Amino acid sequence: MSDAQPVISCRNVWKLYGPKPAAYFAGRTAAGSFEDIRRDGYIAAVRDVSLDIARGEMLVVMGLSGSGKSTLVRCMSRLIDITGGTVLVEGADIAKMDERALIDLRRRKMGMVFQSFGLLPHRTVLDNVAFPLEMRGQDRHTRRERALEVIELVGLKGREDYFPRELSGGQQQRVGIARSLAIEPDIWFLDEPFSALDPLIRREMQDEFLRLKQMLGKTSVFITHDFDEALRLADRIAIMKDGAIEQCDTPDQIVMHPATPYVAKFTEAIEKSRVIRARALARPGVAEGQALAADATLHELARQIASDARALIPVSEADGRMLGLLDRAAALDILFGASA
Amino acid sequence: MTAQRKGALAFLAVAVALALARNILPAALMRPADWLVWPFADWLNAAFSFAQNDLGLMAVTRFAASGIEFLLDVTGNLFYGKNRWPHLGPLPWTTFAVTAGCVAYALAGWRLALFSAGTFVWIAVMGQWEWAMQTLSVILIAAPITFLIGLGLGILAWRAPLFERLLNPFLNIAQSLPQFAYMIPVVVFVGVGPKAGAITTIVFALPPMIRMTVLGLKKVPENVVESGLMSGATRWQMLTRVRLPTARNDILVGVNQVIMQCLAMVVLTSFIGMPGLGQKLLQLMQSLKIGLSFEIGVTIVLIAVTLDRISRAWAVLQPRHFERGTPWHRRHRVFVIWAGLMALALLLASLNPWFSQIARADAFSVAKPIDAAVDILIRLVDPVSQWLRWFLITWVLIPFRDGLLWLPFTTVLCLLMALGYAIGGARSALVCLGFFGLIAMTGWWDRAMITVYTVIVAVALAALMGFPLGIWGARSESRAKRVLLVCDTLQTFPSFIYLIPVIMLFGVNDVAVVGAVVLFAAVPLVRYTIEGVRGVSAELVEAASMAGADRRQLLWKVQLPMALPTIMVGVNQSVMFSLFMVIIAAFIGTQDLGQEMQRALSTTDVGKGLVLGLAVAFMGQMVDHLVTRWSEGRLQALGLETPKGT
Ligand SMILES: Nc1ncnc2c1ncn2[C@@H]1O[C@H](COP(=O)(O)OP(=O)(O)O)[C@@H](O)[C@H]1O
Ligand SMILES: [Mg+2]
Repeated sequence: MSDAQPVISCRNVWKLYGPKPAAYFAGRTAAGSFEDIRRDGYIAAVRDVSLDIARGEMLVVMGLSGSGKSTLVRCMSRLIDITGGTVLVEGADIAKMDERALIDLRRRKMGMVFQSFGLLPHRTVLDNVAFPLEMRGQDRHTRRERALEVIELVGLKGREDYFPRELSGGQQQRVGIARSLAIEPDIWFLDEPFSALDPLIRREMQDEFLRLKQMLGKTSVFITHDFDEALRLADRIAIMKDGAIEQCDTPDQIVMHPATPYVAKFTEAIEKSRVIRARALARPGVAEGQALAADATLHELARQIASDARALIPVSEADGRMLGLLDRAAALDILFGASA
Repeated sequence: MTAQRKGALAFLAVAVALALARNILPAALMRPADWLVWPFADWLNAAFSFAQNDLGLMAVTRFAASGIEFLLDVTGNLFYGKNRWPHLGPLPWTTFAVTAGCVAYALAGWRLALFSAGTFVWIAVMGQWEWAMQTLSVILIAAPITFLIGLGLGILAWRAPLFERLLNPFLNIAQSLPQFAYMIPVVVFVGVGPKAGAITTIVFALPPMIRMTVLGLKKVPENVVESGLMSGATRWQMLTRVRLPTARNDILVGVNQVIMQCLAMVVLTSFIGMPGLGQKLLQLMQSLKIGLSFEIGVTIVLIAVTLDRISRAWAVLQPRHFERGTPWHRRHRVFVIWAGLMALALLLASLNPWFSQIARADAFSVAKPIDAAVDILIRLVDPVSQWLRWFLITWVLIPFRDGLLWLPFTTVLCLLMALGYAIGGARSALVCLGFFGLIAMTGWWDRAMITVYTVIVAVALAALMGFPLGIWGARSESRAKRVLLVCDTLQTFPSFIYLIPVIMLFGVNDVAVVGAVVLFAAVPLVRYTIEGVRGVSAELVEAASMAGADRRQLLWKVQLPMALPTIMVGVNQSVMFSLFMVIIAAFIGTQDLGQEMQRALSTTDVGKGLVLGLAVAFMGQMVDHLVTRWSEGRLQALGLETPKGT
């Protein structure tokens, strides 16, 4: 398996809800809009979605409630059978798998975190985390070793014997995260994992999540309805509306070049300098002298850019390689708002 | 005027016309003519004898019964020394008290522990050990079997929606079928005695277990299911390790209901020769031994409360963790205590037989003083109760009964259709016609009307007591809690118990029957009135108070109208309870369906028993349909503004 092959690849995926979705879908003539389909008595929860997720990539799916995010992510793990299109996981069409193969895929490759945690109320933290291992039929001892390992990883050491009811929301979600990591999955799905938490805890969990992500480098699909959260965590963001993807791109690109008015509305309220990194503004060219770090946001570089008098400032990678030149005026425009 | 109202008025007019023209009415409109009365009972009997003789079902049931009999022999030996394998028993009564106390302590703490242990001490000391153990030994077998079968059927119904849809009407009818209707087929298929008692009990207690299992499985959160699937669980693992454990609390509520139904039924199966507390109570009541009946009544009540509280505590028990490194004896503290106390109990029993068995001659009895006290009480209230009896019989019961019997059956049917039309339109009118039309076709019209009259009078009287009591009880939060606790406790009592005080007061007659039914039927009314009134949103009450409503206006204009749908649930339950009670009370002597049911039981006439039972069930189903329809309409009206011009 080459690294170039996408881990998950969706091709024209559709999911319709309604009385007879399969027949309706087969008899459909033109690609109708969401409203057309609704008039026929169906809900297009996912509408003609195509996207690829590369190995190690962190894709955030962002959209308002009801836009089809949960449905899309469930199509990728076949918790929901799709109405049309194909979903390939590491090159295999999951719609064609039988029950055994599907269970096997989930046992070996996938982990998922749920918005309302989905913990088993009658099991301790340890037993919850060990649950996927138990399903795989591992013996009690190995199960326990591994579960203790992940519990420590998510910072719940010492609470192994607690029951979910005895934990706070944030702690419960840590258990959910630990459980999803117990089998060392290749693919990590997170369906609004922090939405049910208080803002302060949410922030803390995001930091925690970034730490884990850095450490584990897993291919992940992260769902959120919070644009800020998406910008903080994503390698790429897919913005959904009425079941379809409006735009799928890096945070920089989405903020700088929103593809549709709908996307633009989200970006309006965003302080762009906190999102855009020097890398995104670098153009080919070479110059000497003090360089800007490519991965820093303009906001982080504000002082440096403001005090540097050069019109074109060099940008370099962390390893010192020269990346290009940054147009100071353009950067200042973003930092302080365009001079009208 | 709406179409619904027009239809209702039309049927009302026909009903009145039929009643007025009574004297010139052809006989076929007065009472169901011969061609209208179908021999359902004969058909059922033919079907049963076919199943019994030609299909060989008898062999199957006898085989199953012999399995249950073996189990009953084991508990029988351990509990009261029945001369059967394993020949160990009877265990000393102290061991039961210790065990009950420890179980209650583990589940609910000190107070229930004392109460539970105290129950067994009372039973032993009052010399009722053998009877109580006969009863409990059957419950201990019947309840787990019911649990397993109910769980299995519940899982099936949950897995196969088609099966659930087929099962549902059966469950509805089964839950409104009077207990006696269950007994007759069992007597035919397995005979009488403990095993018949156990089997009747199992069949009777099954529906709530099935219902709660389905409910619990359906309630398992989608997220939990998905997390199970994503963990790679197979179907079997999903069921046994994800769904059932997560539905645990609902399933345990089902277990609580099973246990309570079992107790209620085991007491009643004394009618088919099941020995134990029920049989003793029946004999004592029939010979009017009030004091002794009272003692047994107390025992049954104590057992009921103990079983109910313990099983309920189990249902709501949440797991708790121990700190790491807690030693074994601390983790299993109650077990250690239990083992110690058991050893002590056995030691004491071997030293002094009083701690093992208390002979009836050594037992205490409070029967004499109770008899004396009741005598005094009766002499005191006699003028009142005599007058009440006279008044009820001459001015309420007899006129009302005669009035109902005087009406042509077609009038009654038209009245019911008018009611149905007014509440739920043409469909409900047809439902009413269907249920009562079938009752007419059984040929038991007059008897059915007597049952109807008893129930109407009883529910009306119960409402006269229950509503004010409920409204009074709902006045404050703490009072509501206390009254609800009393209602809860009263509802755990087997129906039989309610007969004791009324027989004490009124003797054996119609008034006693009505009295028992009233008591039994008032409890749900009080309960749902309180829940309805307390359930009105605090915001709404505050808004009304700010608008200047005084307490009276608040009650009549805001709280009661809002609470009405909930109160109607109480009325529904009240009617259901009344129907059951009327049939049970028949052995005191009534002339309604219950009396015929008793006859069918004594001649083991399966067909007749089932037809009578179904007639009662249909009454219940009709009321249930009307109340449900009405509440739905009402809730809709309260939820949204009523749309105009519909
Ligand atoms: N089982 C279902 N039956 C019918 N409609 C559904 C079902 N599940 C989801 N939908 C509909 O599909 C749409 C997308 O839902 P969902 O994927 O849950 O949105 P999101 O996760 O973005 O909030 C919504 O309009 C929802 O009502
Ligand atoms: Mg969602």
